[in-house]
Amino acid sequence: MENKLIILLVIILGAIAVAQLVRIYELSSKLRKNEEHEISNRDNNLNARMMFGFMLLFFAGFIYLMTAYGWTGRGSAASVEGIEMDWLLNLNFVIIIAVFFLTNFLLFYFTWRFVRKPGVPAFYYPHNNKLEMLWTVVPAIVLAVIIILGLQTWSNLSGPSKPEAEKIELFSKQFDWTARYAGADNTLGLYDYKLTLDNNELALLTTSTIDSSLNNMLNGPTGIRSLQKLLNNRDTVYSDSTMQVLRTDLSRKERLYRFLTQMKENHNPKLDASAWDDIIQKDTLYLCKGQEYEIALRAKDVIHSAYFPHFRAQMNTVPGMATRMKFTPNKTTSEMRDEKNDANFNYILMCNKICGGAHYKMKMVVVVLDRPAYKKWMDGKKKATFKDQYFPVAAAPAATSADTTAVDTMN
Amino acid sequence: MASHDAHAHGHHEDHHHHEEHFISKYIFSQDHKMIGKQFLMTAVFMGLVAMMLSILFRIQLAWPGESSDFLSFFLGEKWAPNGVLKEDMYLGLVTIHGTIMVFFLLTGGLSGTFSNILIPLQLGARDMASGFLNMLSYWMFALSSLIMVVTLFVESGPAMSGWTVYPPLSALPQAVSGSGLGMTLWLVSMTIFIASSLIGSLNYIVTIINLRTQGMNMTRMPLTIWAFFVTAILGVLSFPVLLSAALLLTMDRLMGTSFYLSDIIVGGEMLTNHGGSPILYQHLFWFLGHPEVYIVLLPALGLSSEIIATNARKPIFGYKAMIGSILAIGFLSFIVWGHHMFVTGMNPFLGSVFVFTTLLIAIPSAVKVFNYLTTLWKGSLVLTPAMLFAIGLVSTFITGGVTGIILADSALDIMMHDTYFVVAHFHIVMGMSAVFGMFGGVYHWFPKMFGRMMNTRLGYAHFWVTLIGAYGVFFPMHFVGLAGAPRRYYDYSAYSEFDSNSFELMVDLNQIITIFAIIAALGQVFFLFNFFYSIFRGPKAPQNPWRSTTLEWTTPVEAIHGNWPGELPTVHRWPYDYSKPGASEDFISQITPLEEGEEEH
Repeated sequence: MENKLIILLVIILGAIAVAQLVRIYELSSKLRKNEEHEISNRDNNLNARMMFGFMLLFFAGFIYLMTAYGWTGRGSAASVEGIEMDWLLNLNFVIIIAVFFLTNFLLFYFTWRFVRKPGVPAFYYPHNNKLEMLWTVVPAIVLAVIIILGLQTWSNLSGPSKPEAEKIELFSKQFDWTARYAGADNTLGLYDYKLTLDNNELALLTTSTIDSSLNNMLNGPTGIRSLQKLLNNRDTVYSDSTMQVLRTDLSRKERLYRFLTQMKENHNPKLDASAWDDIIQKDTLYLCKGQEYEIALRAKDVIHSAYFPHFRAQMNTVPGMATRMKFTPNKTTSEMRDEKNDANFNYILMCNKICGGAHYKMKMVVVVLDRPAYKKWMDGKKKATFKDQYFPVAAAPAATSADTTAVDTMN
Repeated sequence: MASHDAHAHGHHEDHHHHEEHFISKYIFSQDHKMIGKQFLMTAVFMGLVAMMLSILFRIQLAWPGESSDFLSFFLGEKWAPNGVLKEDMYLGLVTIHGTIMVFFLLTGGLSGTFSNILIPLQLGARDMASGFLNMLSYWMFALSSLIMVVTLFVESGPAMSGWTVYPPLSALPQAVSGSGLGMTLWLVSMTIFIASSLIGSLNYIVTIINLRTQGMNMTRMPLTIWAFFVTAILGVLSFPVLLSAALLLTMDRLMGTSFYLSDIIVGGEMLTNHGGSPILYQHLFWFLGHPEVYIVLLPALGLSSEIIATNARKPIFGYKAMIGSILAIGFLSFIVWGHHMFVTGMNPFLGSVFVFTTLLIAIPSAVKVFNYLTTLWKGSLVLTPAMLFAIGLVSTFITGGVTGIILADSALDIMMHDTYFVVAHFHIVMGMSAVFGMFGGVYHWFPKMFGRMMNTRLGYAHFWVTLIGAYGVFFPMHFVGLAGAPRRYYDYSAYSEFDSNSFELMVDLNQIITIFAIIAALGQVFFLFNFFYSIFRGPKAPQNPWRSTTLEWTTPVEAIHGNWPGELPTVHRWPYDYSKPGASEDFISQITPLEEGEEEH
């Protein structure tokens, strides 16, 4: 409380102090008969010099920031695509930095050079078609180069991946990431959000998951039957609002139940296999150096964005819509650690689309292994497929031991 | 009421010729000059609020998790327990800061103020086409401003999904607390704001087309008017689309429709919405959102054209090319919105089209910059505070504009999207430029608005602190962005776990940025004091203090209803006859007839 009082006092006293200073200044300037609209040569020249001085300061600041912080933050690109993008980025930077220096220099130089001098009139120069044509055409040519190079890279980056690309799905929700490897068949199993249950967080589509969702919707603790029972219970009297909530909930669940029934009727059991062999991976995403990845993206609740700063890759995950991206890591984590001279460095997957309070914490560590280590890790995971997790009898311990092996290999 | 009456009576005795009531003169005024001043006052207030919000979240970014008395003083125990900002409120502050700055300061404030004051005065009209609609436009703006400020005090917090309020985050109160009542009020406020903006814009367009005085051809209009004209057209064509986006969002929130929602599980609840697309909202939003950038920027460029020509004592170089580039920018601004959506999952081919159209905008922008430079070349510059701000605007327009080339390139946007590089880019090119244009406009036309002069020295102090402070804030942000820092992050502690070098860089730069932000914010005290003090105590202004050619400086110093006491002036020449060879003075007013044998220009 005391501190608040002090802050308030400081604000008030500050305002009063400024007011008094200006009052004094005003009075003294009245004595000097200063006309506000007549800018004296002294003021004019002072400001002109300051403008030029500011330019020097500005340029020096830019050069300092560029040398001190220019590329240190993100480091060199760690994917094949990233190298191409960095090349393009550097080229663009050369062009725009040249323009930045040239035009800012002319601006501040002219301000300093052509400040009013007594007896020197301004030069009446309303237009010059040749000059105007020049600075329409030259930027147009430079931009044409930028556009052509940019679109070439864009079509490489956004085009389809090669058939041998390994498929991974990244599933996003408030506020974490889950990865799903496509397993031995390199085909991701289908999904439907209505199948989400505690033991099927990624809502994968198989005959068993449909059955268990149907069962849960009907007989679960907050399922249709228990809601009906609550509503039909003559011993309890609910308030209107509670009744309303229960009824809305019931009709929502009945609708979902109908959808699930339809799903069951249309389901082709042959598709189950592609889901059962998928491997679900939390906490850490393991990737293989030199392997192209085709990443499918999915969101459970709101829009997120899968952002890999080191691979120079980003794509939003959108509820109700499938999005994709691809990239090929080309440096293992330990190679990057050596390069950055930082033993604790890790690649990262971050969320880069505002998604709620803990948005800034939503991340997943990414580890790039060389091919033998990756294969070893993947072999360990073969016994921790979705099927093994869904029917947990034998396979549970395998996952943890596989993780430790992989980390060991890497270190 | 009683006090108003008393005041009005006192007024009566002083001026027997004047019958205006206090309420009709100062509150429900239909005079364009008073309405312009009302817009300006409201905008100054809203700008202060938004600036304060930014200081609050900048403190968190520079010293994350440290207890701050300043934060607890303004936010209290609820939103800053023990002086540490809450995560949710951080997002709330960011959202409302952005909304107020973009819409209420730089759209309502900039365009509302100067379109209202300058359009009739520079065209030689007695008032706007419809004084009543003009008044309605202001009062709707005031109401929407009030509601937007009130959202800060809602118990569940203000809107928290960023100023773009993308659904599903903004549609689902389960996803973030601000998407409850705070978001509803945000939508109400914006709806009223859009209505205000539409009424205002239609009025500006009609006035410019119909109420030009004799001799005022379209090609004799000052560039300010051209800029306001194109701005108003952009507003009329794009704001209704934002309204539709907001209405559909309201229906999704309140009536169970699925325009933007599909296959969502939030807070453990499985929603049945299916078939909607959040991308639809983004298309609708950015169909306004991109023209909006030019709605903000064009008036500032128009004002600075006028200020630079006047104070360089030279005609603006390439008047027709300037008009052409305003029109080109206006047209192109409608076909570039997709560059905000390169990584949303939009079809990559569509992305390429938007790359092409977006980069085309650089051409008219370059033309404008080079024309400004040539206008300064061999001028006789008078560095009034307004002129300094106008030159500052050209600098920020360049500095912020060139980074746009990188962001417009979809291949490069993949890694820059939603990082601080973007924040730096648009704050410099749109924020700083428009604010500089607005300050320049206030310093330049203050004598016209209030019949008094502002203090020049304080103006200089204000300019220098603002220029250095604002560049000090937004220039280092490029490097935070290049390091990969995502925007709208409450803190960057995540980096400390995987890349300590980047983390240190971000902490260092964020502290520098916040210190500059505080300096720049304090620098605004020079302006506020100068502004309010000069309204009442500034020295009386001469009729044409800047020796300018345009019509507004032929009106009497004491503003009157109807602007010109006798007949409306007749225009004989373009507005940029400065330092014309053979003329006796270094400016020739637009109302001076051509001399025999004199060519127009």
